[in-house]
Amino acid sequence: MTDLLLIDGVALSSRFFIGSAGYPSPQTLVDSLKASEAQVLTVGLKRSLQAGDNGFVAQALVHAREQGAHLLPNTAGCRSAREAIQLAHMARELYGTRWIKLEVVGDEHTLQPDPFELLAAATQLVNDGFTVFPYCTEDLILCRRLLDDAGCAVLMPWGAPIGSGQGLLHLQALRTLRQRLPEAVLIIDAGLGLPSHAAQAMELGFDAVLLNSAVSQARDPVLMAAAFRDAVRAGRSACLAGPMAPQEFAVASTPVSGHPMLLG
Amino acid sequence: MSEHLHTPPSAATALHIVLDEQDLTLPGPCTLAELLQQLGRAPESVATALNGQFVPRDARAQTHLNSRDQVLLFKPIVGG
Repeated sequence: MTDLLLIDGVALSSRFFIGSAGYPSPQTLVDSLKASEAQVLTVGLKRSLQAGDNGFVAQALVHAREQGAHLLPNTAGCRSAREAIQLAHMARELYGTRWIKLEVVGDEHTLQPDPFELLAAATQLVNDGFTVFPYCTEDLILCRRLLDDAGCAVLMPWGAPIGSGQGLLHLQALRTLRQRLPEAVLIIDAGLGLPSHAAQAMELGFDAVLLNSAVSQARDPVLMAAAFRDAVRAGRSACLAGPMAPQEFAVASTPVSGHPMLLG
Repeated sequence: MSEHLHTPPSAATALHIVLDEQDLTLPGPCTLAELLQQLGRAPESVATALNGQFVPRDARAQTHLNSRDQVLLFKPIVGG
């Protein structure tokens, strides 16, 4: 069965987007990317006079080129719409893609997105020709405005604070978001720690998941990348298969009527 | 993004700029493109911002630096 995710005219067969940061070695990074079979890879930007990264990003870019993976640069570290807009333009020039993962953080402790700056930046960047992937909360009104007012093609609500590994913290709000925006491409981004979290997101009907630390911080990142790959596939299949409705009481699965009574 | 096309300094005096938050003195008038050349940076290896505003690659040669200008250079890095 063909089950492609269409974003900005690009057909993706993998619904697992992966980050490139925090791996123990460049080779582990590349091996993990291969094991993930991800077709979207997030990258970043930093000041050029800061220390080098020992070849990590070069390896990631080579992998992306060889595998035909799509780069998704982020605006990590931005605290205002103005900063994020400038960084997005730099990312587009450096990486040669109009895709941008828009991050505008409003709180240092939770790294929660600032909805007001996010909406302003998204609106401007869409006008500037970007395909904007906003990292947002699960707030329905914010999401609707990012879609309808700003014109974002995709939304990326958080599962939990970045790097926390807590899974889907606000389950009911995420369910509501999915139900109220049935046509939107919704990608759970951030906070996933286990493959079961990713499977749960997919079972709920989200279109993809994006994660980084859960793989890069695992004891065996390559094995964990494969585990997430399989979990995302399983969750997606379960969603397409149509899960049974939960029942309040036991419902016998074995058809016992007509069987002989052995007691009494 | 083209509003940062600075005019060249009138005299060939030393330029004191801030590069990636570090003070840097240049011997005379200099464009953004020339600065990258002096730093040994390939034009396509970095993205540039002047006083907080993105300067596209093809505008660097027309972008003259002035004293106290703040130049930022960005390069690719891994990210989540």
